[in-house]
Amino acid sequence: MIRIEHLTKNYGSVCALDDVSFTAEKGEIVGLLGPNGAGKSTAMNILTGYLSSTSGKALIGGVDILSDPLQAKKMIGYLPEQPPLYLDMTVWEYLNFCYELKGCRMDREKHLKEICDTVRLGEVSGRLIRHLSKGYRQRVGIAQAMVGDPKVMIFDEPTVGLDPKQIIEVRNLIRGLGKAHTVILSTHLLSEVQAVCDRIVIINQGRIVANEKTERIANVVSGNRRFRAKICGPQATVLQTLLDMPGILRAEALPERDGDASVYAVETEQGVDIRKKLFYLLAERGWALVGLEASGVDLEDVFLSVVDSSEQSGAKRAPRSARKTRKGKETAEQTLGEALYEEAARRRKEAAAEKSEED
Amino acid sequence: MRAIYRKELRSYFINPIGYIYLGVFLVSAAVLFYFTVLGNATYSTASYFTLLVGALTILIPLLTMRLFAEEKKLRTEQLLLTAPVTLTGMVLGKYFAALTVFGAGVLASVINFIPLYVIASAERADEAELFQSTLGPVTGEIFGGLIALLLVGAALIAVGTFISSLTENQLSAAVISIAVIGAMTLIGLLTGITDADGQPWIRFAWIRAVLNWISVLGRFGSFTNGIFDFAAIFYYLSLAFVFLFLTIRIYEKRRWG
Repeated sequence: MIRIEHLTKNYGSVCALDDVSFTAEKGEIVGLLGPNGAGKSTAMNILTGYLSSTSGKALIGGVDILSDPLQAKKMIGYLPEQPPLYLDMTVWEYLNFCYELKGCRMDREKHLKEICDTVRLGEVSGRLIRHLSKGYRQRVGIAQAMVGDPKVMIFDEPTVGLDPKQIIEVRNLIRGLGKAHTVILSTHLLSEVQAVCDRIVIINQGRIVANEKTERIANVVSGNRRFRAKICGPQATVLQTLLDMPGILRAEALPERDGDASVYAVETEQGVDIRKKLFYLLAERGWALVGLEASGVDLEDVFLSVVDSSEQSGAKRAPRSARKTRKGKETAEQTLGEALYEEAARRRKEAAAEKSEED
Repeated sequence: MRAIYRKELRSYFINPIGYIYLGVFLVSAAVLFYFTVLGNATYSTASYFTLLVGALTILIPLLTMRLFAEEKKLRTEQLLLTAPVTLTGMVLGKYFAALTVFGAGVLASVINFIPLYVIASAERADEAELFQSTLGPVTGEIFGGLIALLLVGAALIAVGTFISSLTENQLSAAVISIAVIGAMTLIGLLTGITDADGQPWIRFAWIRAVLNWISVLGRFGSFTNGIFDFAAIFYYLSLAFVFLFLTIRIYEKRRWG
């Protein structure tokens, strides 16, 4: 449905997008993820015909946005970063204007009513947009994108500035839209893409550094491969015991304590559940296990590691993950999950080392 | 295009700006009419129309300053530019909305001429036999003046539209428009300045000719004398066309920027 091929955009000498390619199928929700200034908005602006690319193609439903903009734009509903609202109109007037602007031919009254119901604007439809709160304005922006029931919907940071309840509502709404439409949304919140998107495209400094099904990234994160164990006992001996235990890849003592227990980070081989064995082993030795929790890799770590590794990829100490992502898309996708995980572990270790040095 | 036209027209009247424009335009038209025609006890409307064009220097920017500047500032242009509307449609929609408000003002100002006809019929009744053929306003002259006013407005609104597309700030759009439109209308007056010896201040005849040629007011005279000047019509329409074209180009260029 959406096809972006080798998109490059230069603002003068500044390169905002560098050879970006990805696709989105019908019924797929793709999340563009990246830090501020990564090029997410630029990509979306090109996709919607607001900007032109320096080179490369953007196809909407097979129509090139540059060569046949009218036809392509008819298929798009777009919510820019700042909702394009006319403050001196009422919500209803505004939606009517959007309806006319997009040249829709439907049962207008019914269609707009439906949209208002879906995004819960019914009770404010007669109010001036000027008088609406940020959350409502955002919803009007989303409603605007839905007018005309376009096949492709593009949302630029749709949940910014909303309260937690509204965020959940908007996410559910987008999930619902994703069933029948192609949705692209951008965000810098990892939890958001994880909650909403089928696929995650991570952009940093104008380049795609990862393009992966959400489950794959989510698996790495939620797989119980990493634990925090709180064990009472002599630290060095306990650590050695842990390291000697089959199934454990690595173990380290963390510079924190809980009462008389030391805290250890334990990493196991994939598919091995060591929890029971660990409990009995420790009981045998007479060390009390006072806490055991799966810590996983949090998404921030994943994100930072991918982004960082792409930034350092030219440097000498380029981490493995970076080299892997450069081998080619397929291998990159296969190994990305592992690479991410290792990278995050390494970073964490470094941070811990620094901390203990400080102590 | 129709959607944008209607939206723009509405926004003139849900904001105070439409009323302010119409109010100021009608008041200044009435005041000018009083001083140039009624006060001088004449039926000639030439100086009324000429001075009214001078007033447009300040009034037209009121109409055009927000057209694009406001959209740019509020980022609403993103909606228009990503909607299935051509750039030409967008620019023309806005342009015609401003032109409609302007036209409405001109139309309403026609009531100024009513006293002229009332007075004329009274005078005719008094001195029916003597002056019947020469008394009263020349309807052709008034029509010519109104058409010329509309044409000048069409050209100047295009200029204001163009300037509005260059900036994000309504105020700077207004100030620049006043300066540019003022220069365009008044530049012809330079040719009329003479020094102490009665020699023209600008010595070279060709410079005077060029200045007169670009001057918006320079071509206005024949209309107010009741002459239908096709060259002038063509001039005003092409002026409008050029500036609308430039506005479209500005948007095209911004997309590639």
